[in-house]
Amino acid sequence: MSVSLDDVRHVAELANLELTAEEEGRMLRDLNAILAHVAQMNELDTSDVEPMAQVSEVVQQAQADTFLRKDEVRSSLDRVQVMASAPETDGTFFKVPKVIER
Amino acid sequence: MTVETAVSRPPSIGEVRRAIESGSRKAVEWTEAVFEQIRLRDPQIHAYLSLHPERALAQARRIDEMAAKGDPLPPLAGVPVGIKDVLTIEGLPATAGSKILEGYIAPYTATSVRRLEEAGAVILGKINCDEFAMGSSNENSAYGPVRNPHALDRVPGGSSGGSAAAVAAGMAVAALGTDTGGSIRQPASFCGVVGVLPTYGRVSRYGLIAFASSLDRVGPFAANVRDAATVLGVLAGHDPMDATSSPLPVPDYTAGLDQGVAGLKLGVPSEYFAEGLDPEVRAVVERTMDELRAAGAEIRPISLPHTRYAIPTYYLIATAEASANLARFDGVRYGFRAADANTLSAMYRRSRDLGFGPEVKRRIMLGTYALSAGYYDAYYKKAQQVRRLLTDDFLRAFAEVDAILTPTAPTPAFRLGEKTDDPVSMYLADIYTVTASLAGICGVSVPCGKSSEGLPIGLQVLGGHFQEAMILRVAQAVESLQSET
Repeated sequence: MSVSLDDVRHVAELANLELTAEEEGRMLRDLNAILAHVAQMNELDTSDVEPMAQVSEVVQQAQADTFLRKDEVRSSLDRVQVMASAPETDGTFFKVPKVIER
Repeated sequence: MTVETAVSRPPSIGEVRRAIESGSRKAVEWTEAVFEQIRLRDPQIHAYLSLHPERALAQARRIDEMAAKGDPLPPLAGVPVGIKDVLTIEGLPATAGSKILEGYIAPYTATSVRRLEEAGAVILGKINCDEFAMGSSNENSAYGPVRNPHALDRVPGGSSGGSAAAVAAGMAVAALGTDTGGSIRQPASFCGVVGVLPTYGRVSRYGLIAFASSLDRVGPFAANVRDAATVLGVLAGHDPMDATSSPLPVPDYTAGLDQGVAGLKLGVPSEYFAEGLDPEVRAVVERTMDELRAAGAEIRPISLPHTRYAIPTYYLIATAEASANLARFDGVRYGFRAADANTLSAMYRRSRDLGFGPEVKRRIMLGTYALSAGYYDAYYKKAQQVRRLLTDDFLRAFAEVDAILTPTAPTPAFRLGEKTDDPVSMYLADIYTVTASLAGICGVSVPCGKSSEGLPIGLQVLGGHFQEAMILRVAQAVESLQSET
């Protein structure tokens, strides 16, 4: 399987990236090189293998209720402190460019 | 301690603590000496992204006050440490080596950092790394590369290259790093220091800027095994703020360090000594194994048959998770926003295009592709299936052996620029480290010799889940062999 320039543009759109023409060309080259290397995996028959998403399913852990915290209301981060690092706010909400024209 | 001795032999945690306790050298003096070392050495090495001397000296003064009153000192009293800049500290910058977090000030402190501070450590500053911990050379930092203190034309490894370089150059007694596919062990090998990958779940990730959540771990760097074990003991343990952290009790990792290797069964996987291994690295690692055998260990050949599939598996899983984790950097809540975008979607896209570097974009693209409609089964699900095969290899091996020995990296530190044009060759620098990352097991890289050019070479000791005490004991034996020769 190889990736086309259209694929690169489609994936960039899914990933919310705006690539320059130069970046698109380089991405096409790099993704195809990486995917050619990745293709080795197809030598393996994995039809009977259960996918492994997390390590904790392999390591026998204690029961969940011993390490999940109680579901209770607690104070969260300070709004003023959080807003201080945002590019644009009105002090209560994050501000973004206008979404709906009217 | 003069500056020169700090380069050749950084003080151990024990030395720092005992001197403060006896009053022969105050915590403030240790801290000032390390800042002086940073002033002299870091212009060449570039390990630190930000220094916080006032905060550090205030912490050191509190330790000196405790010592003056004769109060019992905590385990890391007055120990100067650096923190990889992917971990947050309230009120300080956290860039993750990325332009997209330029100017961001963290509103809370990572649990690993809080535990160090509660144990009396003095936090010097935030340490340079590959952008979002993605890289094997530290050349992907938006703030410029880190250089290897042993040879300034060489990389320190990555992504925690700054942490390894800081310890190697005496610019910290210990440092925190993170390891997703080798990012603690490989730089430890390149810089000639000790780096520990704890078992998945052993150390809290609360306050770690996420790269790949099923793989990311936090761990220590130190100049010797005992110090690394001491810091690990402080870091380890359950955290209510990280549901993936384990409730298992934490043993004293320093207690059994000197038990030696007599009677231990140490497995050597043939797959790690195949094509691509530098002959000098092979020779140094094999000599170390002979020495361990002479010390009474049984060196047993084993097989981890799926090893050759580890790099493809790792790079699909890690990038898929990264593409989801990095979706949050969109110019709305943190740091950087592109100035000239008039619509919301243009603002997202342009902020991400200008804010992320080339390797981060490459990984977001690969991960998004692997998760996208039509490719999920062929790539992402397939990688998760191979991940289980790789993990089963290790579970079978640890039924027979106490620990596994491998080279940490196929080569000593390479030159800056040597691999930047070829992502696949850069990814292959992680060939011996990604396996333990995928399986969730623990590992340590310990210096075991040098190349003919004087570059450090590390031995990787891998252990089963939560077998940190075992791998540190083996690493201590390797370190003791070094000081004998």
